[in-house]
Amino acid sequence: MMGAEAVQGPWSSTISDVEAMAEAARCLFCEDPPCVRACPTGIDIPLFIRKIASGNRVGAAKTIFDANPLGSSCARVCPTDELCEGACVWGKSSRPVEIGRLQQYATDAVLERGVALYDPPSQPIPYRFAIIGAGPAGLAAARELALAGAQVTVYEREQSPGGLNTYGIPPFRLSEGVAVAEAEMILSLGVRFERGVDVGMHVRPEQLVDSCDGVLLACGLGAGKRLGIEGEELDGVMDAITFLRMAKEGRARAGREVVVIGAGNTAMDAATTARRLGAERVTIVYRRSEKEMTAYRFEYAFAKSEGVQFRWKLMPVRFVGEGAVQEVRCRQTELDPSGAWRLAEREERLSADQVIVAIGQARRWDLLDAFQVPHRDGAVTVDEQGRTRRPKVYAAGDCVWSGKGAEATVVVAVEQGKRAALAMLKDARSRRVEHGLATEGSAWPT
Amino acid sequence: MADLTVEMAGIRSPNPFWLASAPPTNTGFQVERAFEAGWGGAVWKTLTDRPVRNVSSRFGSLHLADKRMVGFNNIELISDRPFEDNLAEIRQVKRRFPDRAVVASLMIEPDKKQWQEAVRKVEDAGVDGIELNFGCPHGMVERGMGAAVGQHPDLIERQTSWVKSAATVPVIAKLTPNVTDIRASARAAVAGGADAISLINTINSIIGVDLKACVPRPTVAGLGTHGGYCGPAVKPIALYMVAECAKDDTVGVPISGIGGIATWQDAVEFLLLGAWAVQVCTAVMQHGFRIIEDLVDGLNRFLDDNGIGGVRDIVGKALPNYVPFGSLDLDHRVVAAIDADRCIGCYKCYIACLDAAHQAIAPGDAEARVPSVLVDECVGCNLCEAVCPVACIEMVPMAELAGAHPLTSVSAHP
Ligand SMILES: Cc1cc2nc3c(=O)[nH]c(=O)nc-3n(C[C@H](O)[C@H](O)[C@H](O)COP(=O)(O)OP(=O)(O)OC[C@H]3O[C@@H](n4cnc5c(N)ncnc54)[C@H](O)[C@@H]3O)c2cc1C
Ligand SMILES: Cc1cc2nc3c(=O)[nH]c(=O)nc-3n(C[C@H](O)[C@H](O)[C@H](O)COP(=O)(O)O)c2cc1C
Ligand code: SF4
Ligand code: SF4
Ligand code: SF4
Repeated sequence: MMGAEAVQGPWSSTISDVEAMAEAARCLFCEDPPCVRACPTGIDIPLFIRKIASGNRVGAAKTIFDANPLGSSCARVCPTDELCEGACVWGKSSRPVEIGRLQQYATDAVLERGVALYDPPSQPIPYRFAIIGAGPAGLAAARELALAGAQVTVYEREQSPGGLNTYGIPPFRLSEGVAVAEAEMILSLGVRFERGVDVGMHVRPEQLVDSCDGVLLACGLGAGKRLGIEGEELDGVMDAITFLRMAKEGRARAGREVVVIGAGNTAMDAATTARRLGAERVTIVYRRSEKEMTAYRFEYAFAKSEGVQFRWKLMPVRFVGEGAVQEVRCRQTELDPSGAWRLAEREERLSADQVIVAIGQARRWDLLDAFQVPHRDGAVTVDEQGRTRRPKVYAAGDCVWSGKGAEATVVVAVEQGKRAALAMLKDARSRRVEHGLATEGSAWPT
Repeated sequence: MADLTVEMAGIRSPNPFWLASAPPTNTGFQVERAFEAGWGGAVWKTLTDRPVRNVSSRFGSLHLADKRMVGFNNIELISDRPFEDNLAEIRQVKRRFPDRAVVASLMIEPDKKQWQEAVRKVEDAGVDGIELNFGCPHGMVERGMGAAVGQHPDLIERQTSWVKSAATVPVIAKLTPNVTDIRASARAAVAGGADAISLINTINSIIGVDLKACVPRPTVAGLGTHGGYCGPAVKPIALYMVAECAKDDTVGVPISGIGGIATWQDAVEFLLLGAWAVQVCTAVMQHGFRIIEDLVDGLNRFLDDNGIGGVRDIVGKALPNYVPFGSLDLDHRVVAAIDADRCIGCYKCYIACLDAAHQAIAPGDAEARVPSVLVDECVGCNLCEAVCPVACIEMVPMAELAGAHPLTSVSAHP
């Protein structure tokens, strides 16, 4: 088995001062920079890089956090090839500026030294908001609402804040320590944090809607989906979300021969984590071909470089074993003349002492229905600002993700959380004005 | 938040960063954009009563490897726009931004009446101060203006006094560095009544030669001329001249520091050496007005981090430590110390010391490639520290060497 450091991510910056300075000097400080347009949270990238170059690392971090309350996690987990770095003008004639690593360099200065970047608001405003879920979307919204001076309570059913940053994303990319430290930085701005409280179970949704000026659903997605095939209850078979959570908490064990089912980003993460935990052979099994796989190119490349093997056009139909799984029975698949995938005759058997099912996460129908918000197949229907069809109820993050198009990401959840917060403030204020009530003295978005 | 406001010879601005008289302050449109971005003041592009014509192709740049505009040179003259247009724009800018410093730069033919007429006009437009351009090193000299004045203390004094006898707002004399002793220029300006001085203007230079055409750059229809040099490369010269003037008791007026300022750190250096505020040109020409955000934020954080209340508390702070050579301690010794962990084994220090210093670095094991300093041979010249690409060489006072400093080795001479 490999050492823990192969799995647990480094806490601090992996970029040296010399390298950071040299890389920062490469940024052209472009006008109307494409990198900024490509960042969902619109971080002023040239400005923060210039601040690094001028020796103002904390100021650089401030520029980042102003636009992205989870700037440190994002520096580590954003698919930068698809976003800022993919848009950097240097990409046309050289290599893009390494924006993500510089962002990590800047934000680490603040997290490590515990610098307080924001003063708690001096003027409270008379609004109360509730946020369900302390993942990226909920935390981003909480930060904006708290800085505006509102009373914010975040309900989180887990003990630690951070959502999938803390419990899902592989530790070698984002350690639990960083995820929690960043969340704590937000919660320390006067946010009330109710840990271990499940809304729906411990708190009635109606009670929140009635007692608050706005409620944000930032509950993410549910448990890892199951295949629903024979043998799934055998020991050694688990879903990827559970497996990665255990890895994050340092209690996951990898088998010798691991089969991972599915070929999305989560499958890649589960497979590489299993490799790093010491699995001899990790095979990703996917029912379609390489072309249809949803993982990012760089995730795929990374998985290959970690020694993960791939088997295309195989559909698991049954897990076999005595008590514990020993074998995965698959059927081959093929395209029929109309272009649809179907099962072919041939069967194949893969030996495995561990199977990780990575075919997506369930939707939170239960909670959405309890809040009586309209949704489409479990994805809450919202406008651009995160307003659901129900007054005073807003939604952001994975729970509004349609499942189509671009992958759900931390950075998009953050931006949605920010926008929802602005809408919540704005709506609360106009409701008060409507009722002829005094608003507040402080200046905030109208 | 530290107090960034400055008041220099009666001119106030919300922060010490002004735009120098140059292309970025050519029009009201530009100055308004700059003030929107957060600049504290602007010295308008030099005005004259009779507009000049500028040449096409005006700038030349010194690039070093991939670093562009390390030094910058120009053969531009002063404003080529009608005086009256500029006055109308100054009036409008001042109305929109009453809290910013708007200073008119003037360069007028050597005639008292004409100078005073110009002073009256710009004051009427509402400027907070007047800067006298005694520095432009090219073009205007032939007409007895700019450096033709700035290189003769008696002319500086005379023209300054013409202006002073007409002006009601503070007068700043902008000095040319193209002289042997900058203090003589500064004293003359003060004798003429200047309320403050600003320096440096650009330095006489030829930025390069077009090898194919055999013409100095920048070229105008096949010919070239010398121009004024500025940008990061001139900062050391400007720092020296500012410090010389600040240290001189017979000068004794506030100084606006100019020359190569691109970051808040550069600005702090000028302030520490006695400047009350600073002006910026080339960095804005390269990056636009947006750099003000870093300048202001960086300065503010620097002051806060060091528990300093305001900008004026650091003005001249380094001056007591700026002394004549004779005051330096000949018995003090430092030696180079290499941090083996960070060394990448390029041997730049080794060859520099071997060929150009005192043969005080041994190459060490050929496999490990970590050089070591021969303490007895090292004179503490700083050359290795300067060449090391990863900044892993530190100069340590001999007195501290006995302690547990991570010195690679203190071996004998090979
Ligand atoms: C394995 C994996 C790897 C990923 N890797 C990346 C990556 O590299 N880069 C990237 O950008 N994105 C990645 N993502 C996606 C990213 O993690 C999500 O898009 C993001 O976390 C969504 O944020 P969220 O706040 O909407 O939801 P979540 O992070 O899921 O947070 C929701 C929170 O709400 C809480 N909650 C739910 N219901 C209740 C309730 N009833 N009461 C109280 N609390 C409740 C949950 O406990 C949780 O803490 C990955 C996802 C997974 C699964
Ligand atoms: C293109 C150009 C034009 C300039 N024109 C003027 C001018 O009209 N009047 C003036 O006083 N200085 C002029 N200057 C000098 C600048 O104001 C400033 O003193 C000098 O450039 C040094 O500062 P910097 O290194 O920040 O550029 C000019 C400089 C440049 C580059
Ligand atoms: S596009 Fe690239 S070079 Fe331009 S500002 Fe962005 S990071 Fe810098
Ligand atoms: S910078 Fe503008 S004015 Fe100057 S040469 Fe280029 S396009 Fe022409
Ligand atoms: S110059 Fe610096 S990096 Fe290179 S060998 Fe010397 S100490 Fe090492």
